[in-house]
Amino acid sequence: MNLSYSVEYEKFREEVRQFLAENWTEADRAATPDADGVGAMTGSALRTDDRATDFRRKAIARGYMYRHIPKRYGGGEQPADPLKATILADEFRRARAPFEIMGQGPSMLAPTLVEHGTEAQKQQFIEGTLLGRIRWCQGYSEPNAGSDLASLRTRGVLEGDHWVVNGQKIWTSNAHEADWMFALIRTEPDAPKHDGITYMLIDMKTPGITVRPLRQLTGEADFNEVFLENVRVPKDSIVGERGRGWYVSRSTLKNERALIGNATFARRTFDGVQMMAQLTEVRGAPLLEDPVFRDKLVELEGHLLAAEYNGYRLLTAGGRGEDPGLPSIVTKLHTTTLGYHISKLAMDMMSDRGCLAPGEQNAPAAGMFGTAYMWYYGMALGGGAPNIQRNVISERGLGLPRDPRR
Amino acid sequence: MDFGLSEDQLLLKDTIHRWLDAECPTTRVRAVMESDDGHDVGLWKGLAELGVTSLGVPAEHGGAGLDLLDVALAAEALGWNCTPGPFLGNQMAVTALVESGNDAQAKRWLPAVASGDAVLTFALGEGLGEHDVAKLATRADGGKLTGEKPLVPYAQIADAIVVAAHDGDGPGLWLVERGAPGATFTALSGIDMTRRLAMARFDGTPASKLCAGSQAIGRARDAGLTLLAFDCYGGAARCLDMTVQYAKTREQFGHVIGEFQGVKHQLADLATDLAPSQSLCWYTAHAFDHIRDKAERHAAIAKAHMTDIFDRVTRYAIELHGGIGFTWEYDLQLWWRRAVFDRAFLGEARYHRARAADLAGW
Ligand SMILES: Cc1cc2nc3c(=O)[nH]c(=O)nc-3n(C[C@H](O)[C@H](O)[C@H](O)COP(=O)(O)OP(=O)(O)OC[C@H]3O[C@@H](n4cnc5c(N)ncnc54)[C@H](O)[C@@H]3O)c2cc1C
Ligand SMILES: Cc1cc2nc3c(=O)[nH]c(=O)nc-3n(C[C@H](O)[C@H](O)[C@H](O)COP(=O)(O)OP(=O)(O)OC[C@H]3O[C@@H](n4cnc5c(N)ncnc54)[C@H](O)[C@@H]3O)c2cc1C
Repeated sequence: MNLSYSVEYEKFREEVRQFLAENWTEADRAATPDADGVGAMTGSALRTDDRATDFRRKAIARGYMYRHIPKRYGGGEQPADPLKATILADEFRRARAPFEIMGQGPSMLAPTLVEHGTEAQKQQFIEGTLLGRIRWCQGYSEPNAGSDLASLRTRGVLEGDHWVVNGQKIWTSNAHEADWMFALIRTEPDAPKHDGITYMLIDMKTPGITVRPLRQLTGEADFNEVFLENVRVPKDSIVGERGRGWYVSRSTLKNERALIGNATFARRTFDGVQMMAQLTEVRGAPLLEDPVFRDKLVELEGHLLAAEYNGYRLLTAGGRGEDPGLPSIVTKLHTTTLGYHISKLAMDMMSDRGCLAPGEQNAPAAGMFGTAYMWYYGMALGGGAPNIQRNVISERGLGLPRDPRR
Repeated sequence: MDFGLSEDQLLLKDTIHRWLDAECPTTRVRAVMESDDGHDVGLWKGLAELGVTSLGVPAEHGGAGLDLLDVALAAEALGWNCTPGPFLGNQMAVTALVESGNDAQAKRWLPAVASGDAVLTFALGEGLGEHDVAKLATRADGGKLTGEKPLVPYAQIADAIVVAAHDGDGPGLWLVERGAPGATFTALSGIDMTRRLAMARFDGTPASKLCAGSQAIGRARDAGLTLLAFDCYGGAARCLDMTVQYAKTREQFGHVIGEFQGVKHQLADLATDLAPSQSLCWYTAHAFDHIRDKAERHAAIAKAHMTDIFDRVTRYAIELHGGIGFTWEYDLQLWWRRAVFDRAFLGEARYHRARAADLAGW
């Protein structure tokens, strides 16, 4: 156990600050939206213009981003170090500089390609994905295959040099702006359900693909239906072997749980709620003076700190090549439940104005917590519904008997 | 940078676990519970031989000179095993002695503590739940102590009690030796019989002043809160484990109950709170020695957090055992008692959360 901010880390922080001062100017900062928006992805993380790409390349070369991806594929390649990771996230956020792109491409597809891709796929996709130049969506869920994903029915038939794909995907986040889709397709209809699936990379510009936006509970439309009609996919656009896609996708799902289970969103929401409680008066007194809200805030902070330090632990375990088991399996359920409770507390703190919509200027903090509150319903479901998480935790984590019906 | 236990720490944990498994089964726990003073000298000596009593004693005083984290790993093992005895108060007093900077008294007591020949304890709280150093009413005057400390762990068997009190210069720590005149102890009946408590009264009792100021008092309190948090983790992990094992063997409706989703999901929810909480415990103990500016607040948060979790785990563990979980015979009740002690002692969750809010400047 060693977390002390030794001289080495002070020096590292200085180096990072120096790098940012030299490479991300005041003008760049001014042109980037505020990075501290609650619940939302940071403005700086979303910038993918030439200037941002140029900057990211330099930062990656220094090992400041994508530290878990090898250098030869465009990553930063550094040993796991939670403290350095925290310093980097802090300093880049403070400087409003472009940081790692959050999304399914960099977080899920890139590590999957590192593990299972061919050399040509790694060269073609990883670097562009990390820089946000190639945008991805995840085509797993189907109307009749959600929790029971392995029952998916979108078909791929090999005809000459191409797979001909027919079927429908649903809830596909960002499909409307994606360049590529990584998808699970049934290619061996006679094999047992887990063994008949292939992991495919599909160019979204291929004829036969129709994307129809679906409006969420939040009012926005970030996910979609994707219809595939005689879509021709080159034969070698598969990751791993034919029929092994289910097992390839397990590593994507593992990375997805880590993405959604990351405590960053919950921390942002928490800090924002605390600030609102300080700045907002209800019935003549600052919210933060209310003993019940103080108690609730610290109770939630206990969970938040546990989630953050658990994140340190997972990084350390990863660096040591250990599988931490339960501490890793529970993260998604733990942090999405926590995020829900934090944003729910914010709703209660707003008193009667808690019923105002996000963006309404008459609501405290312009109602931004309403956005977080709504999104946590979706985050609880994406990547596996809560009860599915509980099945996995009890069966794989605690060793209880598997449900014979599954 | 590294956030995980070292090889040495894993070995330490494993050694204590294995020793307790062999030497302190619940039959022995129950025997100690039913004894008069709740202190098993043989058990304490055995722990001392294993090195447990010396972990937190500085090397210059004959101890291993390790961090609070190492002591806390022992506390976790004691919680897992439900081991009875004066471990908590003893370590709080050791921390107080070390932090007091009083070398003469440290030299006098700590080697004997390390070897297991002496047991110390610590007296802080007063009235009903008052732990605020500024508000303590116990007074020292001309080397004599007067006042009442209602919940002192193992006061009757302790060789010396480290007492938080005030004199004309403000708060400080005093040491009262066993048999000092004017000190009376009344045994209290507690829910948890593995950690005994007594009401201590001092009436002009001779006491030597260890140090002035509130710093050492606060450190001893924070060490105590941290050890309680680890006790909770160990105890809760054990109850979860017992319940999972039970669910794999108990059959109803022609199936083991661990097949029923209601049972599985209840257990999954407990694991979801418990697994990440171990890292909060680790961080808190590490902060105690190495990240001083975070130590006090983390100790408060961890105590509140872990006592909530232990409470919830024991509740569902009993429920999932059915009728047998509600019996005296079945061991689960031992940990439930332990959870009640951990939750109340040194102050309830709400109190520490209010302190944590104050400490953040909110
Ligand atoms: C915001 C958002 C973004 C998403 N993005 C994507 C994406 O980009 N790509 C993609 O492929 N998918 C995406 N999804 C889909 C998501 O993975 C599915 O919604 C999820 O897996 C649940 O599937 P379903 O909606 O079909 O619900 P169902 O599977 O029908 O489940 C309904 C309810 O039944 C419960 N249930 C089902 N089976 C069991 C069981 N065996 N035991 C106990 N309870 C059970 C579930 O827990 C759930 O509560 C997204 C979803 C959301 C909400
Ligand atoms: C204080 C007390 C007084 C009592 N008095 C009487 C009395 O006067 N007369 C009398 O006849 N009985 C009495 N009982 C017995 C009581 O009715 C049983 O304890 C109770 O029905 C549970 O049965 P069990 O103990 O065998 O637990 P089990 O049936 O083994 O249950 C163990 C756990 O498994 C869970 N479980 C079992 N099956 C399922 C399932 N299908 N789905 C989900 N979860 C499941 C249960 O919820 C429980 O948590 C008493 C019990 C107590 C504690």
